[in-house]
Parts: sequence; structure tokens; C-alpha cells
Amino acid sequence: MVRSLLVRGLLVGLLAGVLAFAFALAFGEPQVEAAIAFEELVAARSGAPPEAELVSRGVQRTIGLSTGTVALGVALGGLFALVYAYAYGRVGIVGARPMAAALAFAAFATITLVPFTKYPANPPAVGDPATIDQRTLLGFAMVAITAVALVAAVRVRAELLARLGAWNAAVVAGGVFVASIAVAQLLLPSLPETPPGFPADVLYDFRLASLGTNATLWLVIGLGFGAAAERLLVRSESERCGA
Amino acid sequence: MSEVLTEREAIAGPIVTPGELLPYAVLGGLLLTLVVYFVGADEGAASLVGGGTVHEFVHDARHLLGFPCH
Repeated sequence: MVRSLLVRGLLVGLLAGVLAFAFALAFGEPQVEAAIAFEELVAARSGAPPEAELVSRGVQRTIGLSTGTVALGVALGGLFALVYAYAYGRVGIVGARPMAAALAFAAFATITLVPFTKYPANPPAVGDPATIDQRTLLGFAMVAITAVALVAAVRVRAELLARLGAWNAAVVAGGVFVASIAVAQLLLPSLPETPPGFPADVLYDFRLASLGTNATLWLVIGLGFGAAAERLLVRSESERCGA
Repeated sequence: MSEVLTEREAIAGPIVTPGELLPYAVLGGLLLTLVVYFVGADEGAASLVGGGTVHEFVHDARHLLGFPCH
């Protein structure tokens, strides 16, 4: 069963990566190009020699972009399947498809949406290369904190369910989640690194495109894996029952 | 018909045991995390390959997927 789920996760992840690539190419690449144009303009004004190109722009925005999104899609699809295999039948959500949808939304919120409110995606030219270590560490720390806060909130809800009822238990759990994220974000350092003169529209559109790319990835994984897993689980159920 | 399907999907399939999951979780988890690392972080904060070719090749994906790039 785990093997079958994992294979489906990898395949759905592949499809998700392809569609995320299409979204990123259509909505993200124009912003990346504009950001690079800004970067080159600033470099030209300061009289710096042009950077040597290891990989051409043409390769970066086509094969490079698709390799990145597809590889990440396959990897996240596989990891998703492993988490799903453990969570199915163990958490309160009944049904193969709702389980996949809820898990994909949780993953999107934990990996992208919530950390984004503190450390959003940045286009080229935004972000000081000297702080890459710090930014990488803080970015992953924010993802880890969000994951812990989410698990804590789910536990709180389960704990209070019998006493407070479904609605109030969910409200308290939501409060716990929001409060712990708020405290973490107030404590973690801010990194305002947008260079002076960087076009605000490009930054906004880039960040929106980045959210959209990740949303596409998780939407396809959540809905696609749910459909695939349901067929698999229902089939194995009917085989077991001898139907 | 739709009610029957809903009933079936509520109880469908076996629940995976931890023992069944473990080998896949360890091997698959490690390999797939390595893929995420190469797409997201190699030749940035840490570097396994060295140079800048991996970084430059997945450059646009890294930016648009929201990883810190440079």
C-alpha cells in the first residue's frame, strides 16, 4: 500500500511541477526579467563590469525553471504521499479526497503562506548576497515554527473537542496557532533588503506570482493525489471484502 | 448512488502500519529531501557541488518558488 501511494505521489507531483512551471513561466518570468533589467541598470550606472553568465537567461527561464519546478514537484509529491500514508485513518478527517485536500492545504500554509508573511519570496536584485546564510536559516526556521504551531493547534482542538464542541474547539485552536505565529514573527529579525528605486509593482507582482506558483503546485497535488488515492483505497477495500 | 459512494469512501482501504511505512519513510524521505535541497539551497547558504552551475541552472525556479537565492 505504501509503495502504491508513493508511486502515485511521485506521478501527481510530476504533473503538479509541470503546471507550476506553466504558471511561473506565464506570470513569474516577466517579473524576473524586469528585476534583472533593474539589476543590470544599477550595475551599469556604478560602472561595474557585467557578471559572467554561467548559464544563459534563455536556459534559466525555460529548461532551468522547468527542471526546478518539476524536480520539486516530484519530491514534494513523494513526501506528501508518505505523510498521507501515515495520516490516513489516524486523524479526524474521513475520506481519501478530503484527507488529501486538507493535507495539501496544511502543507501550502506551513511551507509557503505563513512563512511568506514574514520572509516573502524575493526577485533577483532584492536581498543582500552577504545575508544569504542568515536568510536561508531564518526561512527554514519560520517553516519549522509554523509546522510546530500547526501540530500544537491540531492537538489543542482534539483535546478540547469533547468539552467545548467542534466550533469552539476549532476557534481556540485557531487562536493558539495565530498567537504563536504572531509571537514568533515579532521575535525573529526583519530583513528589509529591497534596494532603493526597485519598482514596487515588479516586487508586488513577483511575490504574487510566487504565491501562485506554489499554490498551483499544492492544488494539483491535493486534488490529484486525492483522486488517485481514493481509487487505490476503494479498490483494495473491495478486494479485501471479496466484492 | 452518491450516498453509497460516500459511505464506501469513509471506510475505504487499510490503515498503514508504522512498520510498513518505515523503510519507505527513511529511504524515500532522505532521497526526496536531497532533491528539495538541490533545487532550493545548494550553492547558496551551503554547497555540496561547488561552483555556481546548479545554483544558476535552477535560478529562476528558486526565486519563484520562494527559496532565498542570493
